Amino acid sequence: MTPHTNVPPARDLVVVGNGMVGQRLVEAVRERDPERRWRITVLGEESRAAYDRVALTSYLTGTTADELGLVPEGCYDEHCVLHLGDAAQDIDRVARTVTTASGRTVGYDALVLATGSVPFVPPVPGAGADGCFVYRTLDDLDKIRERAGRVGSGVVVGGGLLGLEAANALHSLGADTTVVEFAPRLMPAQVDQGGGEVLRRRIEGLGLTVRVATATERLEPLDDGGLRMVFADGDVLDTGMVVFSAGIRPRDGLARAAGLELGPRGGVAVDSGCRTSDPAVWAVGECAVVDGSGYGLVAPGYEMAEVVADRLLGGSATFGESDTSTKLKLLGVDVASFGDAHAATPDALEVVYADPVGGVYKKLVVTDDASQLLGGVLVGDASAYAALRTMVGEPLTDTPEQLLTAGPQVSGLDDAAQVCSCQNVTAGTIRAAIHDEACHDVAAVKGCTRAGTTCGSCVPLIKTLLAQSGAAASNALCEHFELSRAELFDVVRATGLRTFSEIIARHGSGRGCDICKPAVASILASLGTGHILDGEQATLQDTNDRFLANIQRNGTYSVVPRVPGGELTPEALITIGEVARDFGLYSKITGGQRIDLFGARVEQLPAIWRRLVDAGLESGHAYGKALRTVKSCVGSTWCRYGVQDSTSLAIMLETRYRGLRAPHKIKAGVSGCARECAEARSKDVGVIATENGWNLYVGGNGGFRPRHADLFASDLTTDRLVVLVDRLLMFYVRTADRLQRTAAWLEALGDEHGDGLAYLHRVLVDDDLTICADLDAAVQRHVGSYTDEWAAVLDDEEKLKRFVSFVNAPGTPDPSIRFVTERGQIRPTAADDDTAAPVTVAGPTLEVVRR
Amino acid sequence: MTSGTVTAPARTWTAVCGYDDLVPESGAPALVGTDQVAVFRTHDGAVYALSNHDPFSTASVLSRGIVGSRDGVPTVASPMHKQVFDLRTGACLDDPEVRVTVYPVRVRAGRVEVGSA
Ligand SMILES: Cc1cc2nc3c(=O)[nH]c(=O)nc-3n(C[C@H](O)[C@H](O)[C@H](O)COP(=O)(O)OP(=O)(O)OC[C@H]3O[C@@H](n4cnc5c(N)ncnc54)[C@H](O)[C@@H]3O)c2cc1C
Repeated sequence: MTPHTNVPPARDLVVVGNGMVGQRLVEAVRERDPERRWRITVLGEESRAAYDRVALTSYLTGTTADELGLVPEGCYDEHCVLHLGDAAQDIDRVARTVTTASGRTVGYDALVLATGSVPFVPPVPGAGADGCFVYRTLDDLDKIRERAGRVGSGVVVGGGLLGLEAANALHSLGADTTVVEFAPRLMPAQVDQGGGEVLRRRIEGLGLTVRVATATERLEPLDDGGLRMVFADGDVLDTGMVVFSAGIRPRDGLARAAGLELGPRGGVAVDSGCRTSDPAVWAVGECAVVDGSGYGLVAPGYEMAEVVADRLLGGSATFGESDTSTKLKLLGVDVASFGDAHAATPDALEVVYADPVGGVYKKLVVTDDASQLLGGVLVGDASAYAALRTMVGEPLTDTPEQLLTAGPQVSGLDDAAQVCSCQNVTAGTIRAAIHDEACHDVAAVKGCTRAGTTCGSCVPLIKTLLAQSGAAASNALCEHFELSRAELFDVVRATGLRTFSEIIARHGSGRGCDICKPAVASILASLGTGHILDGEQATLQDTNDRFLANIQRNGTYSVVPRVPGGELTPEALITIGEVARDFGLYSKITGGQRIDLFGARVEQLPAIWRRLVDAGLESGHAYGKALRTVKSCVGSTWCRYGVQDSTSLAIMLETRYRGLRAPHKIKAGVSGCARECAEARSKDVGVIATENGWNLYVGGNGGFRPRHADLFASDLTTDRLVVLVDRLLMFYVRTADRLQRTAAWLEALGDEHGDGLAYLHRVLVDDDLTICADLDAAVQRHVGSYTDEWAAVLDDEEKLKRFVSFVNAPGTPDPSIRFVTERGQIRPTAADDDTAAPVTVAGPTLEVVRR
Repeated sequence: MTSGTVTAPARTWTAVCGYDDLVPESGAPALVGTDQVAVFRTHDGAVYALSNHDPFSTASVLSRGIVGSRDGVPTVASPMHKQVFDLRTGACLDDPEVRVTVYPVRVRAGRVEVGSA
């Protein structure tokens, strides 16, 4: 039967649940069914289409619901329909229909249940009270965030994987957080007693309280709206809110009511083809129990989705044994377990490395002759996780001691070794993508194979494979330097070379170009080597830095005086207005709360700045890869909602970092309360006032790929905030790539170190690299040596000589620059303007001649 | 020193500035008759002159570009959108269709002189 001559009639597939696995199923069917043999209807209970539940917590630290969305464009259309906010309520297996809460009835030829699971709330009296939450959906997080904003403390019941993640979330929301675990250790399902102990200490070190071996007996409401927890040992704990995260239960209610077979401990029973006791009904994901086992991870769910998709289209795929390895970063602590972590295999041996001081615990489980790796637990340092996991069941290449201390060699990684367990991608698939699809960086491999797109723990391994293939994109700056910008920065800092000629002679080749020259100029400026137009440095600068103004489409420049924090006296405002009027400049308010004056010709710049500098204004560095502005609201000084003086802080920060040259522009914002009027989270550095101090966010930007900044630290004093921003900016200046904003830098740090934010924490707070003193000193040098670039030019005849229209006719304006007026101001002439009568601008005092 | 590829007929020369006024590895704008010319001095002391007109942006800005080399060829990059031009021939190295005018240029008695194109 060829598909084109005898297409079977379209049949109806109904999918209940639009979570991670239900969505995957739809995509898998559509991929395999280009002829559209299946008409698909999806019923989703949540009001939002499928989103990345694995990354749920990032919703609290800046990722938006849209960014978490999983539905690719074009997935749904008239033959593949998604109904949201309408739960399936009843299945009629005889009539083969599903009825929903809103009364909709849909017929099916095949029905797939993908209803996931619900958090288990222990049957403790009072557990349903106001102030009790679960941690599963975006709606749950909205409610938790709202409550945490009002109360100062919270308790998480459950010290497992999800419990610690919830505790992390409460902590990052600023709540004083306690974790209560029934078992004698944290993460009992994943780590052993030793690992649990190291984990507990690391987590307590971060300021959380941990109570293990504690059973909760009841909850009582308090008069102040809080809750009292009473424990089995008689202790009590008063708190503002309680989040239950004590395991999950499959959502099997629909199946139960429809008389389908269930597993012994609940869950919809399915065979290895994921089919239920009714051949027309299938179940996938967390609601399913395959041959007696249920799974609380997304990877096995995805595999089930693929199996069902294959079978719906005539295949015979089966669900194999699934990998339940886990790795996560909790509160900046790496935790991983894989394979037979509890040494359940008969005669298995455990090899343990423990460093309680450094907070590292590693254990490998091997066969009794130490010839094969069976599993392991890593706490505190899980860098070897991705590689070790691929070795489970393989003959050991090194001794277990070597594996524990030096980490595994990955050169011999077999093509069949699974690199990404979330998306089930093997080393062979990644190698093929690198060679056949020309994927030359992690992003390309991710796009091509989906590897590394779920939990990201295999990204270091992908990098290794890229490097081994020789395909890894070179990080050379340009044809003249083999070094990356960060490497070049270190070389310049360490060697003390201070001219481009010396630097390129020793560490590069040729004469440089428009890429490496400005990069070196920026490095020299960051190191504080005097005025950026001194000597040879002038010739390295891009035109904007060269003329300390921003070039516009017709070769004129715009001028932006610094207005720290957006605060401007009437006198300064009048000066700016008078300068604009007298030089005939177009004026516009910028997004950074200052004023941009356009249409200045090169030779006018010194005269314009003479006036501005005389009035006490200084360069705004709008032309530089440097600190731009620190935007602020009026804060508690004026605003009835403000809780801190955001304007004063913004002015202080802008004054502190003005003139700091960086790999790219830096923008900052300070909001005086959680209403966030300064839009601080769209900035590289965002500061938002809290009742107790300041929350610091990093890595936001607007632009082509907008990104919200992530919460880095909470409730800081002003002094502490400044220390952290100092270190953050200086570390960025030293290590980022050329033209890499902080958002991309943070992402790259994440690709390299697992979790960019946690890595930054280790470097800037824990001082793991012992560079904080050096970073602090570098910022001090910057602050101490700041001078206004424009004032310095006005005092220097040599530098002023460059601001001419023509070397042989310094006062003659470039005749090709022409303007017309629009809404009472100038604008450059455009190609379709009536060139017969352009309004020209001429003469030293420049009046706009109106048409 | 002249840019080698242009054979110059009898022409008028305009002195535009002192050779020492040109900073090595950079350009300067000059007015030659009504032509806007960008004069460059490279690290080895050579002098070049191109039309200052950037054919991509149509602004007169090439003299403000960064001077450097590509595969050994002396170059200037437009400050507007960074297209790179060969200082000797005016050829755009990023777009073979595009070329800017080359002007004869020489140094006489410490003065830089540009000839009519
Ligand atoms: C905070 C958190 C962190 C996690 N971290 C990880 C991790 O690091 N690694 C990992 O592998 N897994 C992780 N998980 C688990 C992972 O999210 C789940 O395994 C995965 O979402 C399961 O997908 P699913 O489609 O089966 O269920 P879900 O994603 O829960 O989707 C089920 C959907 O069905 C809907 N539904 C239920 N009943 C009905 C009905 N009657 N009608 C219509 N719709 C219905 C639900 O509302 C829900 O939208 C995490 C989970 C959470 C909550």
